[in-house]
Amino acid sequence: MSGPNTDYDPVEVTPLKADEVEAMREAALAAVAAASDLDALKQVRLEHAGDRSPLALANREIGALPPQARKEAGQRVGQARGAVNQAIAARQAVLEAEHEERMLVEETVDVTLPTQRRRRGSRHPLTLQSELIADLFVAMGYEVAEGPVVEAEWLNFDALNLGPDHPARTMQDTFWTEPADHHVVLRTQTSPVQARTMLTRKPPIYVVCPGRVFRTDEYDATHSPMFHQVEGLVVDEGITMAHLKGTLDHFASQLFGEGIDTRFRPSYFPFTEPSAEVDVRCFVCRGGDGVAECRTCRGEGWIEWGGCGVVNPRVLVACGVDPDVHSGFAFGMGIDRSFMFRHNLEDLRPLFEGDVRWSSAFGTEI
Amino acid sequence: MKTPVSWIKEYVDVPAHVTTEELTRRLTLTGLKLEGIHSPGAEITGPLVVGRVLTMEPEPQKNGKTINWCTVDVRDANGTGEPQGIVCGAHNFAPGDLVVVVLPGGVLPGGFAISARKTYGHVSAGMICSARELGLGEDHDGIIVLPPDAGEPGQDVRGILGLDEEVVELEINPDRAYALSLRGIAREVLVSVDGATGFRDPAVRDTPLANDEGHPVVVEDGEGCPVFVARKVTGFDPAAPTPDVIAQRITAAGMRPISLAVDVTNYVMLETGRPIHAYDADELQGALVVRRARGGERLTTLDGTARELDPADLVVTDDSGIIGLGGVMGGETTEISATTTSVLVEAAHWDAVSMFRTGKRHRISSEAGKRNERGVDPTICEAAADRVVELLVEHGGGQAHPGVTVVGAPPAMPTVEVPGDLAARVSGMAVSEEQSVELLRAVGCEVSGSGVLSVTPPPWRPDLTDAQDFSEEVIRLVGYDRVPSVLPTPPSGRGLTRAQRLRRRVGRTLAGEGYVEVVSFPFVGDADLDALGLPPDDRRRDLLRLSNPLSSEADAMTTTLLPGLLRTAGRNVGHGLGDVAIFETATVTLPRGSSPAAILPVDRRPTDAEFDALDKALPAQPLHLGLVALGDADGSGWWGAGRRVSWADAVDGVRAVADALGLTLDARAAVVAPWHPGRCAELSVDGVVVGHAGEVHPKVCQAFGLPARTVAAEVDLDVLVERAVDLRHAPSFSTYPVAKEDVALVVDAAVDAADVEAALREGAGELLESIRLFDVYTGDQVGAGRKSLAYALRFRAPDRTLKEGEAAAARDAAVALAGERTGAVQRS
Repeated sequence: MSGPNTDYDPVEVTPLKADEVEAMREAALAAVAAASDLDALKQVRLEHAGDRSPLALANREIGALPPQARKEAGQRVGQARGAVNQAIAARQAVLEAEHEERMLVEETVDVTLPTQRRRRGSRHPLTLQSELIADLFVAMGYEVAEGPVVEAEWLNFDALNLGPDHPARTMQDTFWTEPADHHVVLRTQTSPVQARTMLTRKPPIYVVCPGRVFRTDEYDATHSPMFHQVEGLVVDEGITMAHLKGTLDHFASQLFGEGIDTRFRPSYFPFTEPSAEVDVRCFVCRGGDGVAECRTCRGEGWIEWGGCGVVNPRVLVACGVDPDVHSGFAFGMGIDRSFMFRHNLEDLRPLFEGDVRWSSAFGTEI
Repeated sequence: MKTPVSWIKEYVDVPAHVTTEELTRRLTLTGLKLEGIHSPGAEITGPLVVGRVLTMEPEPQKNGKTINWCTVDVRDANGTGEPQGIVCGAHNFAPGDLVVVVLPGGVLPGGFAISARKTYGHVSAGMICSARELGLGEDHDGIIVLPPDAGEPGQDVRGILGLDEEVVELEINPDRAYALSLRGIAREVLVSVDGATGFRDPAVRDTPLANDEGHPVVVEDGEGCPVFVARKVTGFDPAAPTPDVIAQRITAAGMRPISLAVDVTNYVMLETGRPIHAYDADELQGALVVRRARGGERLTTLDGTARELDPADLVVTDDSGIIGLGGVMGGETTEISATTTSVLVEAAHWDAVSMFRTGKRHRISSEAGKRNERGVDPTICEAAADRVVELLVEHGGGQAHPGVTVVGAPPAMPTVEVPGDLAARVSGMAVSEEQSVELLRAVGCEVSGSGVLSVTPPPWRPDLTDAQDFSEEVIRLVGYDRVPSVLPTPPSGRGLTRAQRLRRRVGRTLAGEGYVEVVSFPFVGDADLDALGLPPDDRRRDLLRLSNPLSSEADAMTTTLLPGLLRTAGRNVGHGLGDVAIFETATVTLPRGSSPAAILPVDRRPTDAEFDALDKALPAQPLHLGLVALGDADGSGWWGAGRRVSWADAVDGVRAVADALGLTLDARAAVVAPWHPGRCAELSVDGVVVGHAGEVHPKVCQAFGLPARTVAAEVDLDVLVERAVDLRHAPSFSTYPVAKEDVALVVDAAVDAADVEAALREGAGELLESIRLFDVYTGDQVGAGRKSLAYALRFRAPDRTLKEGEAAAARDAAVALAGERTGAVQRS
């Protein structure tokens, strides 16, 4: 407004008397106070503070006044304009606050509406169980070993002290592949990974191997031609059965809860000597007062969990480990079986049916 | 192995306070696991008594049957002392016989409750029982007639029939064949149960010396048959019944009583562990000869199966030819029959490996074979044969023939050097040498020396061959429960491998994308591949076949995850689910024309070359990732309609995985089954094809019961993981102003957008920051057979503000190259 007075029109000149300026100010303040919404205030701003407003026009007149009158008039008009602008800003803030409050109320939605526009995915509980077990052992310093499921007969059997005429071979109903003279099987156990590990690494060896295995079992509630095992193998100097027991006790307590330990029963596996069946203390009744009614362990207080033992020196020899220097232990558990009793599943078939509702129930962590 | 507890106690004394539960708990802890304690009469409740038949009146019925209206004396068992009136349909008894009566209020196996009921014009107050009705066997020729001295009328019959007997079932591991006998179990009780004493070995008896008067036997293969003992009983009464105690015991053991001669051989096998074979001696012609079969020879075994023999089979012959598969199963011609009066008893020791092979070859699984192939005490042939003779004479009224044939001698047990501290070293618990020696002697070993012990196992323990085997014997008897629990200290590990971590990342990524992981069986058949529409020369038809598949329709290992995934998707649809997204990661099996996998020696490590050859003999087994989606990708709801899955979701699923691995996938049109020929993308990384994705062919959808527009992808995850970006460098981004240019290009409809984009990128040069296809238009404005592709290009320099016209020039260069490469014309 302090620029050249180009559009000065002397006809419109308003006297700059004090009472007139005061009247303009009062009119403007009244209009500001009367503005009931932001649109009205915008109009008020235009009319009372805009370029064409009486006070703006009065301001332009100041330049035309004699020099001695300019100061007083300038002060008077300036104060009036300042008051009006201040009032507009204050009113603006009030109206904006009111507006925002009203808008937020108006925009209220029903937040209880269903929101699932995108399906949730999940990982298979057996994958999760395998990873959980692997992680328990990785935390102890083990590594995770792997091997093929279509495996050489020698690695699945012979190298593990299961020669061709070993009666125990018939205990594992094996899938054989064509042609028969190629000596290739679907691995019946994760133990060939033991042999592979010893053949490719030097002791100390601390590994676990979760994986799929196959037996010619007809598919029903408790049998599956494919299931999952986790195998553990340790080969080091001075390894004993006590280390095996300590490891499995730790494993059991990590998987099934604090205080859950294991029980060994003599058993027979060609690849270990001595061999043991390992039972885990029932994590539901803990073998305590409720044992008789316990459905998880069927009243035994213990649940059959897997097999284990001290690695048979014959296996060490076949795999290039000197049994006079090193000894080892090995164990194997069913992952599906562990999952079943840990999660109260009586029929294994949902594991392999792939009903998305069933798998989804387990999400991405178990 | 099942046996009545009372039978065990015939050979070993157990303190009275040791219950069956305690006895079997101890056996379980030393290695004979309790499978269960049964009682034959466990299911029978209420009054079950001896009755004497007083009268029986046959009454013919209209239905042609004749029933007997009987009065039976049960004394006071019925509360009145009056004779009990009972209707009976059987006829194998007479007045005066003792029978088994269940009175009203009793319950028989199967929950069969007995009450007085009206039938055939009488009130029948109870039932006269058959063996089958009591759960004692399948014999249903009639009711049980008790021996005249069995008991008094009214007396509870459970004890008489052995119904209250406790039968224990023990699991016998294959190395403990000796425990497949009462002799072995009693011995285990002796060493396992505190206070057990007085072991009486049923195989220790005075036997007559061998002489020349017995049936002539020639053993031509002394390795296959080291010992052959033959004894004869003449004047045997083939109708003589099997004594109840023998019948009950072999029934309890799970075998069926057949006839006295057969039952006695089974009984002695159970008692001593030594399988026995009995021949009808009158059917034998000349000397028995033991030899290997010759090519082309045949034998019909007593199960009625005609078998072609293998030259490795051990056979027993006489002048008539082959009469038995030695140690495995006898032949039909010399089988004991209902007219046999002269029995030749064979107790022979056979080579275990030969027994195993013959049993496997002929698929014969028998109680005798089970013992022979696991190893039987070779020193007890004479005792076992003598015991059979004794029982046949005693219960069959025959005479023992004085002839005793014994050919061969039991092989000596090898002596093994066992370090005295081995049990302690293996177990990690304190076991002294003295304790080891004591326990080894307890299980029957001969032990001498100190420091390094010389140990000879007893003849019934052929499983004890290695030093470590003996340590197990010591440790199990000290007690596995005494082994301390000590954590070993592994060296610090390296954690999961990179590939293992990346595979987990892949699974999590897909779960995040809404896919549910499934696990399928890897079995597939040709029909599955037909359903996929694979052409005859498709590589995926080259399958690794199984010799013994569970189903002939799925007789091979799959080469693709799609059949399993599509079937699983179909099952979900069948369960009424309309929106399904699933994935699977699993290996597939790709044969590669390998040579055989050698059976290497086990007395040394294979050479690296041998091990390498073993691996190469296996089929390739790459890890694949497959996914299938159908229905809505984004669900419909109150917010509006959902979004159906499309071919692009399948590509995007794989892209999400690639992205998680730091890889960029290139897509190219491809025609590959089972995909829609116009909606299949071949996906590659750096020019290496990793798999395919797109919409599933409508015919394939139909074949798998899936809705149209189901989408699928399958890629080789190993390749992706292998190429995953390892170390990512920290990026830097220009903060200078961006210049945006949009272009719309019209191309022939057949031109791939990927080619247009590649040309634009190349033509635009280094200043191009990003390019995005934001619209695809087909229609009147561009003309038939043409499409318009609209791209948003962003230009920026890393170190300066672009000069006026620089971006436009780069855009023009991009359009020019696209025009040159793809015939693209800028849309006006």
